[in-house]
This record gives sequence, structure tokens and C-alpha cells, in this order.
Amino acid sequence: MINRVLRGRMAMPALIVLALVVLCAVLAPLLAPFDPNAQDLLTRLSPPQWTGGHLLGTDNLGRDVLSRLIYGARISLFVGLAVALISGTIGALIGIVAGYRGGWADRVLMRLADVQLAFPAILLALAVVAFLGNGLWVVIIVLGVTNWVSYARVTRSSVLSLRERDYVLEARAIGVGPATIMRRHLLPNVLASLITIAALNVASAIVVESALSFLGLGVPADIPTWGSMLADGQLYLGTSWWIAVFPGLALMLTALSINITGDAVRDAVDPRAYR
Amino acid sequence: MTDVMADPAAIPTTALWRSGGARTLNIGRAVLGKVVSAVIVLFIVATVAFLLVRISGDPLALLLPPDATQEQADQLAAQLGLNQPLLLQYLHYLGGLLHGDLGRSIFFDQPVVSLIGERLPATALLAVTAIVLSLVISLPAGILASVHRGRLTDTVISGIVLIGQSTPAFWIGIVFILLFAVRLRVLPAAGYGSAAHLVLPAVTLAIYSIAVVARVLRTSLADELSADYIRTATAKGLSRGQVVLGHGLRNASLPVVTVVGLELGSLLGGAILTEQVFSWPGIGRLTVEAISNRDFALVQGAVLFFALVFVVVNLLVDLSYTLLDPRVRLGR
Repeated sequence: MINRVLRGRMAMPALIVLALVVLCAVLAPLLAPFDPNAQDLLTRLSPPQWTGGHLLGTDNLGRDVLSRLIYGARISLFVGLAVALISGTIGALIGIVAGYRGGWADRVLMRLADVQLAFPAILLALAVVAFLGNGLWVVIIVLGVTNWVSYARVTRSSVLSLRERDYVLEARAIGVGPATIMRRHLLPNVLASLITIAALNVASAIVVESALSFLGLGVPADIPTWGSMLADGQLYLGTSWWIAVFPGLALMLTALSINITGDAVRDAVDPRAYR
Repeated sequence: MTDVMADPAAIPTTALWRSGGARTLNIGRAVLGKVVSAVIVLFIVATVAFLLVRISGDPLALLLPPDATQEQADQLAAQLGLNQPLLLQYLHYLGGLLHGDLGRSIFFDQPVVSLIGERLPATALLAVTAIVLSLVISLPAGILASVHRGRLTDTVISGIVLIGQSTPAFWIGIVFILLFAVRLRVLPAAGYGSAAHLVLPAVTLAIYSIAVVARVLRTSLADELSADYIRTATAKGLSRGQVVLGHGLRNASLPVVTVVGLELGSLLGGAILTEQVFSWPGIGRLTVEAISNRDFALVQGAVLFFALVFVVVNLLVDLSYTLLDPRVRLGR
């Protein structure tokens, strides 16, 4: 019980952190004190300080860490949301068709899900980036098309019971086509659980994008991202800890607050789910 | 990686019987079925790797150094069979795979298989240490949290697990370097060779799976501990330890094994990142080097190798259900 209370208590701070990150992403040009790419070699590697403007210090090229952090939130959130949207759409579509059609369509699609699960997505991302080159959209599409399985499984299992409901049977009896039934009667009923999965998917996509960017295989280097900031920072760990520590903290707090918020949403949607 | 955050605990134990028909098969045919689907997955991975090299442009342009002459190009094309029709190339490639031939690395000028073989011990050492470490920590943590469910111990452990699951392991590695190598100077920041070199990478790699295993074990053991047979066992006078470890844990281990198998993908990804952070000379670092060198035969080989490990471990996980759960064996 204490856990539930604690989770409840943590939901509000998590929401506040999340709101801050969203605010940073949306208002980046207004909030950032400096141009995130402006180099100033005279003030390079200066430590965090209250006066002098560079609140979180500067990196090896004299770029303002705070400004890069604020702009980095844009990429992280954009990748996270875009991935969740793509995988959610694919997963919901596959899940609804598999659950409503049943039979061979169900067998083929669920076997496809098994194969997808059996192939680690990070491996596919690495391979695709290696062969096709890196880019924001490459990362988004690779992660988008590899994260649909949990959406599809949840959708399918809800649809299996939904399709026997009276309103679906009646709609079918009066001649409503399958596409309309899926769109009007099935989809709205699975949306709530899909949104919960999406929240967790956003968090994991943000972490994976940062990992790829850290390896230099994600978003190209001219765009500030938390992952590439970490990679830069590791090189200067001996002298300038702040370059690597702050983007990592931002990453952790963002992922943590999305996870907590997602859990809270699920608890609200499905009070029986044991945590 | 796919389902990192998608609550592993929510995966029902019936996921074991994913291929619905397997339920009614006897154990021999079930094993055969698993092996066949593992082979199919590997075949698909191999095909994807083959196609990726082809659709990314002229493989010759990728495989040759930029200053190669036309003559060299023709020679390599003939040597690799690239002047043959695509289907024939594909069959040739698959035939090579069956003989353990993964091609030749352009950058190192060595067979890919021997390069991977050279780096395998380092990666295996790191992975095995991390897995042992992770089990040594996560099993007691998960058991404690579920036995003391709802109390302070549980809250603390669950909190740590939540943070551990949300923090990218490679960043934890960087913080470790900062603390233990740069500040305290007690452990080396990078390199390979001694036990001291192994500590930070192994702990870093272990953290993620510690969080996942502890979390799933806590949930599934807590479920088991509220079951009737536990009350019966307690009523007939067994000690709490015997009840939890002897009865509950065995039944609770099933979802844990499932999740460990599925999470292996993130463990492999984590190994690539950890090796990169600590300059650990394993296959993960080799892969990243290969990507930046545009050494495509090596990337392709490494991808196939990781997929092979993943598929084989998941096959073993699938088969271990029959040992852990008699219902699977009896086909109920």
C-alpha cells in the first residue's frame, strides 16, 4: 500500500519535471541563454558558475551546456513521441486486424510479432544506421517499426473480447463494414491501454536514441542531443565533469518522470493492475 | 530493447505457449518446433543483413577502399561473385553462412569469423560476470521486496529499481569513471587485463538487468505468496524460508526466466555501449569500430553473431520452461 501511496506522491513531481522538459522543448529559442552551436574558444571548458552567464558551464568548444541541454530536449521528445506514434499506429492496426479477423490473419501477424521480438531492435538500428547512414528520420523510423509488438499484443487481446460484445454484433448485423467497426467501435475502446504503453515507449525511445547518438550513430553531430553531449563529455571527464553529467541527469529525470507518469496513468485507467 | 519499459511483469506466463498449437504437442515435437522457429528467425536476420548491404548501394563501393581501380573492382566482383545474378549471390551467401563463412573484413584484412573469435573471450568475460553479479544482487532484492511487501524494505528496493530502470547504463558507466577513476583513483577508467579493469564495466552492465529481474521477481513472487498452496505449506508447519524458497520461488521463476530471455536484447545493446564507454576490447566495440570504418562485411558478421546468441539463448529459455513448469511438459 505504501508503494501505491508513494507512487501517488511521486506522480506530481514527475508531472512537473515532465512539464518543464516539454516547456524547454517548445520554447527552446526563448529560454536558451545562448545559441546552442555558438562556439567561443576563449571560454571553453569553463565550469558551472552563477555569474558570467554559463550556468552549467561550457563544453570543449566553448558552447553553453545549458542551452544545448534545452535544445536537446527538443530532439529527445520529438524522437520519443514520433516513435510512439509510428509504433502505436502499426501495433494498433496489426492488433485490431489480428483480433477481429482471427484465423490465418491472426496466426500470421502474431508469428510476425514473435519474429520481431526475437530480433533485438538495437541490433537492427545499428545495422540500418551502419548501412544507410545516420539521420534523425532514420533513427525515428527504425525505432518506430521495431517497437510495435506490445501495442499489437494488448490491442489483439482486448479486441478478442470486444468483438463478441452486443454493440459490435449488432453493428455487424445491420451491415456495417469491418473497417468501420474497427475504427468506430474497437479502436476507441483500446485507446486507453495504448496510451499507457505509449508513455513507456516514449521513455525507452528517448533512452535508445541517446544511446545511438552516444555511439555517434544517431542524430548527426550538428544537432545538439543529450546522447552526443554525453559522448563529447566523456572525452573531457578528467577535467570537466559537467559536460557529461548534466545531459545524463536530464536523460534520467526525463525517463524517470515519464515512467512514473505512465504508471500513474495505468493505475488510474486500470485500478486492478497489481504493481 | 523493444519492451524495455513496457512492464515485463505484465507478460503473462502463457507467453510461453506463444505458438498456440505447441500446447498439445509432446515434448519432442515441441523442442523441434522451437528449433525450427529459431532457424527461421536466423534465416530472416541473415536475409535482412544481405538486403541491407544490397539496398545501401553498390556493395563494391562499400567494400572497396575509395581509391580502388576499376581492375581491382572487377577482380573483387569476380571474387565475391557480384557479377552473378542476385538470387545466385544470395544462395552463395547462405551457403557460406552454413559453412561458418562470414566473409572477409576489408579493414583488418582477416576473415570476419576469426576477428569475432579473437574478441569473443573479452565479451564473454564481461557478460558472464555481469550476469552472475546481477543474479547475486537481484534475486535477494526481489525476494526481500516481495516478502516485505508494502513495507519500508519494499519501498526502498522498488524505488532503487525504478531509478535503475530509467537511467541509461552508459551514463552510469561515465559517472562511475568520474567517481572511481578520476576522483578517487581506485579503479582504472578503461582497458582490459586485470580483475580491477573488470569491476566498473561489469557493474555498469549488470545494473540494468538487476533492475529488470528484481522488479519481475518481486511481482511474480508476491503473486505466488498469496496463493493457497503457500498457506497450506505454512499451515503444515514449514518455516517461512522453506515456504518462500522451496515453494514460492520455483513457481515465481518462470516469468523471470521469460523476461530475462526477452531482455537479452537490451543486454547485448548494453554490452555494446559498456564496451564503448570503458574501451573494452570485445565484440561490441569491434562492431562500433566496424561501423565507423564502413567495414560492412564485419558489421554484417557481427549482427549475425549477436542475433545467433540472442536466438540460441531464447531457445534455451523456451526449453527451460519444460524443466521449470511440469504443466508445459504435460502439455496442459
